[in-house]
Amino acid sequence: MKNKAGDKIKENQARIMLLQGDEAVVEGGLVAGASFFAGYPITPASEIAEGFAEKLPALGGKFIQMEDEIASMGCVIGASLAGEKAITATSGPGFSLKQENLGLGIMVEAPCVVVNVQRVGPSTGLPTSPSQGDVMQARWGTHGDHPIIALSPSTVKETIDLTIKSFNMAEKYRIPVILLLDEIVGHMREKVRIPSAAEVEIVERKRPRPEDREEFNPYQETEDHIPPMPDYGQGFRYHSTGLFHDKTGFPRGKSEDARLLMDRLMAKIDENLDDIILLEDDLKGDEEVVVLSYGSTARSAISAVTRARQEGLKAGWVKLMTVWPFAEDYVARLADRVKEIVVPELNRGQLIGEVERAACGQAGISGIHRYDGTIIPPDEILDKIKEVS
Amino acid sequence: MAEDINRYLRQDKLPHIWCPGCGHGTIMANMLRGFARSRLDQDKTVVVSGIGCSGRATGYLDFDTLHVTHGRALTFATGIKMANPELTVIVVTGDGDGAAIGGNHLIHACRRNIDIKVVLFNNSIYGMTAGQFSPMTPTGATATTAPYGNIDQNFDLCELTRSAGATFVARGAAQQPRQLIKIFEKGFAHRGLTFIEAITQCPVNYGRRNKLGGARDMLNWQKEHIINQTKYESLAAEERQDKIPSGILYQDKREEYTERYEKVIASARGSEN
Ligand SMILES: Cc1ncc(C[n+]2csc(CCOP(=O)(O)OP(=O)(O)O)c2C)c(N)n1
Ligand code: SF4
Ligand SMILES: [Mg+2]
Repeated sequence: MKNKAGDKIKENQARIMLLQGDEAVVEGGLVAGASFFAGYPITPASEIAEGFAEKLPALGGKFIQMEDEIASMGCVIGASLAGEKAITATSGPGFSLKQENLGLGIMVEAPCVVVNVQRVGPSTGLPTSPSQGDVMQARWGTHGDHPIIALSPSTVKETIDLTIKSFNMAEKYRIPVILLLDEIVGHMREKVRIPSAAEVEIVERKRPRPEDREEFNPYQETEDHIPPMPDYGQGFRYHSTGLFHDKTGFPRGKSEDARLLMDRLMAKIDENLDDIILLEDDLKGDEEVVVLSYGSTARSAISAVTRARQEGLKAGWVKLMTVWPFAEDYVARLADRVKEIVVPELNRGQLIGEVERAACGQAGISGIHRYDGTIIPPDEILDKIKEVS
Repeated sequence: MAEDINRYLRQDKLPHIWCPGCGHGTIMANMLRGFARSRLDQDKTVVVSGIGCSGRATGYLDFDTLHVTHGRALTFATGIKMANPELTVIVVTGDGDGAAIGGNHLIHACRRNIDIKVVLFNNSIYGMTAGQFSPMTPTGATATTAPYGNIDQNFDLCELTRSAGATFVARGAAQQPRQLIKIFEKGFAHRGLTFIEAITQCPVNYGRRNKLGGARDMLNWQKEHIINQTKYESLAAEERQDKIPSGILYQDKREEYTERYEKVIASARGSEN
């Protein structure tokens, strides 16, 4: 394997390690080919920056600690346009700061990964306590309509897998991908196997051929809606802007261009839901109650459902790994055949609104919501299953 | 002026959007003349700009160009330069973009001495949003948001960037093209954080409101008040009061940021073996 500078770098070997979720982001990122990190320290995400600071240079990659999270987000997008696989990591207050530049990244279609290890907000909130309070911010944090992909792991192993997927989806769809951890997954230690790069699928962005330079339209509509992207310095001399633009990359101030661009940006995601939406379920087909969860809450949900079944209840579970785009069709089908969907979340009720929308009255929906920095124990979910059975 | 700058312009994007009498076009043209003299590779040069009338320059420049969020051009430029140190990276910014919302990024880029050429179009006002005061609006001047006179103290950006760690600091003016071209030529050749303050006029949103006349009067003002540093230093303190020194004000050699990072890479690799 060679890095961009053409130096030989060591092929990573599969190995077993005891890792925190935050460290797993680093290991997974390196497997995926992460070559650039920019960030600003914040609890509970600092370990990610520390890990990349140590490991990237040895692989010929780059790490930079910026003056704030706004700068980190800009830096990552700049590096991406220059050809790097770039990543940044933060938590609530920093995630808020990143939002404006995140929108720029969506508009200029710069592949990158933005990790948010969620803590309790708003404001400084509870810096060391877990939360799933930024789910809606991940969807709508930057202003205006826009597409977004957000993945959320519930274990350290899943953190490795979903970090790799985040890079792959970012490269494939030319979009910033948000990886939503929470303080529990970020700081929890589990024994995991880190795969070698040869074992997993690694996606690289589509790049134009040198001969395409002559008549290059950087934001051209294509069959898959994803235009090829050159690295800076390859003689394409193209323009990118946060203003609405046509296929040439330049703004013309025409409303038609705004509609066409927005439709293309949305189509990149909307036409690939099967590829993007990742979830796991354990359903026997006779369920009356299904617990739908994501992130660390899924751990309690799975344990509660296992116990419910042992007690003879007809219960099942669904774990969303892709939070955005939301698995609307799946939930609609589920609602058609079960009595109740239980949605535990570490917030006052965010994703449950999407579940209600998709279920459209076909099943009862009940939430379990904690927003005090403590987890939802399996008992509480089990009680709810019994209550609604 | 023999330099052919047409090859650096996207001819099909002209004429530009700037108002008649605006100094931004003059600064941009002289920047390109300096670029032509510096003999840097057009294909290996990226220009990044923020939001403002000045920020629109990237639309006309035939390089890889990136037009970003207000005040943040330097952060994107830092990512580009770190990713590929072979690229020449230029930032075009305004006095609001670079000194207000982007002020923190400016001082930190200087502190790192990363090899980015920052060209700040200083027209002493927020031009694009129609005349609110900026950190470069002189105390006492009026602006739409300072109808009773500006009580804020303005910056001396050259002093600021120098003390923050920039290794090339210069000031020129639209009225003095010969000096300006030379500043750009030398600045583009410098390795390290290069800060060039280009004083320009906004007759529409600054001149008119402050009764400074039209573009011609504002250029005359520049001629009378902006004087070469050597001459400035020969003046007595009271004569300096209403004068602004121009030219290459400071230049020094200090290890550049991406070069220093190359050493980090080398030592990280060394410690691996
Ligand atoms: C975050 C954000 N805040 C405010 C604005 C509105 N805005 C656009 S340009 C500008 C000022 C630009 O002034 P300057 O940098 O001096 O550029 P000039 O137009 O004078 O060249 C402002 C405040 C914006 N685009 N984004
Ligand atoms: S508003 Fe001022 S700065 Fe903007 S184009 Fe017009 S004259 Fe130039
Ligand atoms: Mg201005």
